[in-house]
Amino acid sequence: MKHLLSIADLGAEGIEEVLRVSDSFVEVSERAIPKVPTLRGKTVVSLFYEESTRTRLSFETAARRLSADVMNFSVGTSSVKKGESLKDTVETIEAMGIDAIVVRHSSAGVPWQLADWVDASVINAGDGWHEHPTQALLDCYTIRQRRGSLDGLRIAIVGDIKHSRVARSDVLAFTALGADVTLVAPPTLLPPSLEGWPVEVSHDFDGVLPKVDVVYLLRMQQERQTEALLPSLREYTARYGLTTRRAHLLQDDALVMHPGPMNRGVEIAAEVADLPSALITKQVANGVAVRMAVLFLLLGSGGDLG
Amino acid sequence: MAEGELVIRGGEVVDATGRRRADVLVRDGVVVEVGQGLDARRVLDADGCVVAPGLVDLHTHLREPGREEAETVETGARAAALGGYTAVVAMPNTEPAIDSAGVVRQVLEAGARSCCDVRVAGAITVDRAGTRLAPMAEMAELGVRIFTDDGRGVQDARLMRRALEYASALGVVLAQHCEDEALAAGGHMHEGEWSSRLGIPGIPSEAEELMVMRDIALARLTGARVHFQHLSTAGSVAMVGAAKAQGLPITAEATPHHFTLTAAEVASYDPVFKVNPPLRTPADVAAVREGLAAGVFDAIATDHAPHAQEAKEAPFDEAPPGMLGLETALSLALTELDLPIEQVLALCSWQPARVAGLNGQHGGPVTEGFPANLCVIDTAATWVVEPERLASRSRNTPYGGRKLTGRVRHTLLRGEPVVADGVAQR
Repeated sequence: MKHLLSIADLGAEGIEEVLRVSDSFVEVSERAIPKVPTLRGKTVVSLFYEESTRTRLSFETAARRLSADVMNFSVGTSSVKKGESLKDTVETIEAMGIDAIVVRHSSAGVPWQLADWVDASVINAGDGWHEHPTQALLDCYTIRQRRGSLDGLRIAIVGDIKHSRVARSDVLAFTALGADVTLVAPPTLLPPSLEGWPVEVSHDFDGVLPKVDVVYLLRMQQERQTEALLPSLREYTARYGLTTRRAHLLQDDALVMHPGPMNRGVEIAAEVADLPSALITKQVANGVAVRMAVLFLLLGSGGDLG
Repeated sequence: MAEGELVIRGGEVVDATGRRRADVLVRDGVVVEVGQGLDARRVLDADGCVVAPGLVDLHTHLREPGREEAETVETGARAAALGGYTAVVAMPNTEPAIDSAGVVRQVLEAGARSCCDVRVAGAITVDRAGTRLAPMAEMAELGVRIFTDDGRGVQDARLMRRALEYASALGVVLAQHCEDEALAAGGHMHEGEWSSRLGIPGIPSEAEELMVMRDIALARLTGARVHFQHLSTAGSVAMVGAAKAQGLPITAEATPHHFTLTAAEVASYDPVFKVNPPLRTPADVAAVREGLAAGVFDAIATDHAPHAQEAKEAPFDEAPPGMLGLETALSLALTELDLPIEQVLALCSWQPARVAGLNGQHGGPVTEGFPANLCVIDTAATWVVEPERLASRSRNTPYGGRKLTGRVRHTLLRGEPVVADGVAQR
């Protein structure tokens, strides 16, 4: 595999392979000096056109733990502000001699365009509303850690599906591994068409909660109110927020997940986020190991796992 | 045999009056004889070819003034001639917009030296801003016969009503780019299965259909002519078909890309497939094809929309919409539409000539005394579209690598072979 653009490129086998390799990097992360020489001499660039502290830090940490050199292209202070085109920027970066580009962009499809333009490996760290494959991989890893397998699990993904790259990648990954996915959202926050999506849809959060093994909450953004997608965040919380009352509807061993950053009090009540069943910080911790696995599989095949 | 005389020999003449094997003798820019065994000092070989009236494009973006890096009147006209066109109507969404006699004159003057008759569409509203009527009478006096804010539809129903009423005294037609901007806002491709999957904001079919519906109502209210540009949805085709059946003064055009490509192409995220109205569903493509066969459409128009390479090397949602069309339209119609050649030529030549008020000069018939605006089509020739070999200044064709059947061999503008053996002569 050269690039990681979409979960669809991996398929069930590819996902399983990433998860298997992630196991060894979780072990590495637990060492006193969590670092291996696997990617020494390789250069990884993080090219983030959209602010993202956690994903960027996670990728850069993963690359450093593999001993890769990390370049950080900061769009806010760069030539991009002077009007340089995406293609020119990317070709300039590639001319410096790099092995992988980790790209985040607010426009869907940009990682595909990059993969066309450069020889380096391209890793999609989030493209518009489209995909965020490493988030889905770390979500699968986290669920598997607790439940052993996703096969046959019932997972509800709740919230702003329409604008969510996490939801698109998670639907592909969860269903590829055999989970049954239900999308829970007001109709305005669902994609206009779900043709070809192997999911069920519900607008009744209370009815769904007792039946699921995992409830996956998406971040609700303030601006959805001004776009006439919602009357108010308050009304959203009333119908679709995981309030303390609703959390009691969950089975005892049900898991609560969120890609972060959370809006406490909107999609998730503060006290629910801190329950033992909430895996939110676990997701972040696993994120580094899973991204190490991805970088290793793309750049280090044949290398020493250390 | 006089100087300035030529014969198109060995072809089959096809025009609105029918088809016949005949040579065509041209002198001083006019067809002087159509018959057997004609001779002249210069002979253009038409063996195995169709000799037809030159094509007329109701919808061309020549980008001049303002975007000369993408196309000029000269390069666009050359592309048109190579595509078999002897007349094109240049859209007014230039910078500045063609919304006054001054800019009309500028484009007409640039066109006077080119290898295709360049006509101009004027804007309906000042700067195409949709708030005040542009001086249509002043532009009509310079020969402008089509007015449009193309690239945008006139959003305000009251203003559109007034424009139609005002225009009805000028003998001109208003052409609408049908798009309700509120409903389409933020969209970059057809809204549906593919936009949902690809995470690209969509434009629903209804954004087009609402304005088609409204303008059919306004045509009924005002009695004025309305021309619908680049219709792309099954709903639009059905409504226009029904309105024409009621006898309303309506005409409509369809583009080659809307009868050959679907939204599935966008899965490549290549902005070459970004266009407005967007590529739609297979059912919409089928409806446009049926509309062409059934006479709902009066014309195939190219919506030739050149963009510089760097503009199309942007993220999909940042790239401008539009694709090239002049050099591929006829071949696509011949290759993809299961229609007799008379019907394809009706849609590409004499019917659009009537819509644009160019009949008498363009669109035939190929008879004695008619201006020799002609094209000669080798209907059996096959060729592969190579973007870098197109005459347009831009390269944004979505058909790169596609094999097509039927190609223009010669194009004559007022008797002068501006294209001979597939090569532009100036």
